[in-house]
Amino acid sequence: MSSNYLPFDVDKIRADFPVLNQMINGKPLVYLDNAATSQKPQSVIDTLVNYYSTENANVHRGVHTLSQRATDDYEEARDKVKRFINAEKDEEIIFVRGTTEAINLISQTYGRSCMSEGDEIIISSMEHHSNIVPWQILCQEKGAILRVIPVNDLGELLLDEYERLFTDKTKLVSIVHQSNALGTINPAKEIVDIAHGHGVPVLLDGAQAIAHLEVDVRELGCDFYAFSGHKLYGPTGIGVLYGKESLLEEMPPYQAGGEMIKSVTFDETLYNVLPNKFEAGTPNIAGAIGLGAAIDYVETLGMGQIAAYESELLQYGTGRLSSIEGLKIIGTADKKGSVISFVMEGVHPHDIGTILDAEGIAIRTGHHCAQPLMDRFNVPATARASFAFYNTKEEIDVLVKGIDRVIEVFS
Amino acid sequence: MSNLNDLYQEILLEHNSKPRNYRKLDTHSHNADGFNPLCGDQISLYLQITDGVIMDVGFQGKGCAISRASASLMTQSIKGHKVEEAENVFDEFRKMLTEPDAVLDFEQLGDLETLAGVSEFPSRIKCAILAWHTMKAAIEETIEDVTTE
Repeated sequence: MSSNYLPFDVDKIRADFPVLNQMINGKPLVYLDNAATSQKPQSVIDTLVNYYSTENANVHRGVHTLSQRATDDYEEARDKVKRFINAEKDEEIIFVRGTTEAINLISQTYGRSCMSEGDEIIISSMEHHSNIVPWQILCQEKGAILRVIPVNDLGELLLDEYERLFTDKTKLVSIVHQSNALGTINPAKEIVDIAHGHGVPVLLDGAQAIAHLEVDVRELGCDFYAFSGHKLYGPTGIGVLYGKESLLEEMPPYQAGGEMIKSVTFDETLYNVLPNKFEAGTPNIAGAIGLGAAIDYVETLGMGQIAAYESELLQYGTGRLSSIEGLKIIGTADKKGSVISFVMEGVHPHDIGTILDAEGIAIRTGHHCAQPLMDRFNVPATARASFAFYNTKEEIDVLVKGIDRVIEVFS
Repeated sequence: MSNLNDLYQEILLEHNSKPRNYRKLDTHSHNADGFNPLCGDQISLYLQITDGVIMDVGFQGKGCAISRASASLMTQSIKGHKVEEAENVFDEFRKMLTEPDAVLDFEQLGDLETLAGVSEFPSRIKCAILAWHTMKAAIEETIEDVTTE
């Protein structure tokens, strides 16, 4: 992969992100909420503007030129996604609204058609609500049972316990690749291999991992992989469900309507081929094309380089924050993405968030849509700083100063 | 932001670290639980109402400094008062946080004025108001838990 940025030139990269260049509450913005959503490079913003300015049309339907252009670009975006995650075929790439919709799609189609009473689904205790609730609903509907892999005090999955959860009733494993609340990078390949050893397919929730790791679905061997465009420097409202072709072929459709049909009479409807079978209605065309532009952007930097630089930031941030008295980092797994979740003695995370905001620093505070995980660590909430490749060590220094201010206010 | 100091005033911080009436009332006539699903703030409120007067009040829960101090200040403000007086104070309190141009009865608000700075922080208004919603629910004996959403 070629790179215009060797060596990693953060100043140059920051200039690509217009939103970063602003004052918040009189201070330069320090954006450390990348695990919630990432900022967009100018190239993505321009792509959206260009699309609506020059080629907006519906896809897969018109014989006119604009429709053809929009269709070509939409399908080219699918092809970029395929290459980016090293899927085998374009047909295996389904555009959805985001990770949440991708997981719901699987629970409502694959899940509904293969689960019956007494069957089991394995998830973990570090799942986002979006990888818990769809399965709970399915379990209620089918009389199925949810099994949960526990985590240790570092925030790592207990793989021995995981293996013990399998029975001949296990129908699906759905696990987060990188935890949004702790940063833990799970041993996805091992998780998949163990499940496949029991003949059980695996869905990986890649909402976080996709922006920070080199994801190769064929190397991972996973059956499904879900992610959102907006965490990968792309637009909101677009995401991807990857599925192995053989599984997608067997699955019933998700939503019904236009695009997903081959022919309709009042007696019978024939469904369209992949991927259209799962893309009922007019899709988020601009979003998909924008996601393609985001993939172009990160590929210019190189996912390997991004991961290496972010890991440097994580190491620096962990060192600085852990030396603050009364501050405790929640989630200290050996393999971690660039996320630091922390709590402070005597100060609620929301107060930390408000005081840091006054210093121009954006972090996330709360339960991170992972309440069962918060219960596991016996905290109601955490403050979370999450880094992207456009962040700097200087910004981490500003964060540390901000935390000093928190301590001062509450002393 | 200069008004950070208006937000975290000394009285507020003091009520956060030493909340008043922080206990479960073993005998109580009314109670309710309140949640702020956004933050995870949670409060259990107990009221002993006799002949329309709030004779005793206690609360327990988890939450940020603002929600905790607000609950503590609320218990002080309503204890010994008639239910409708408490409801009037709530109206006044809500006005203070959400209607910047409102003419306020500061005598009625008393120490609650400490929380006036919250109005500058829209994302935190829910924290300050949670205890009051919970009080209202307890009085009305709402069966379901209250949320700020």
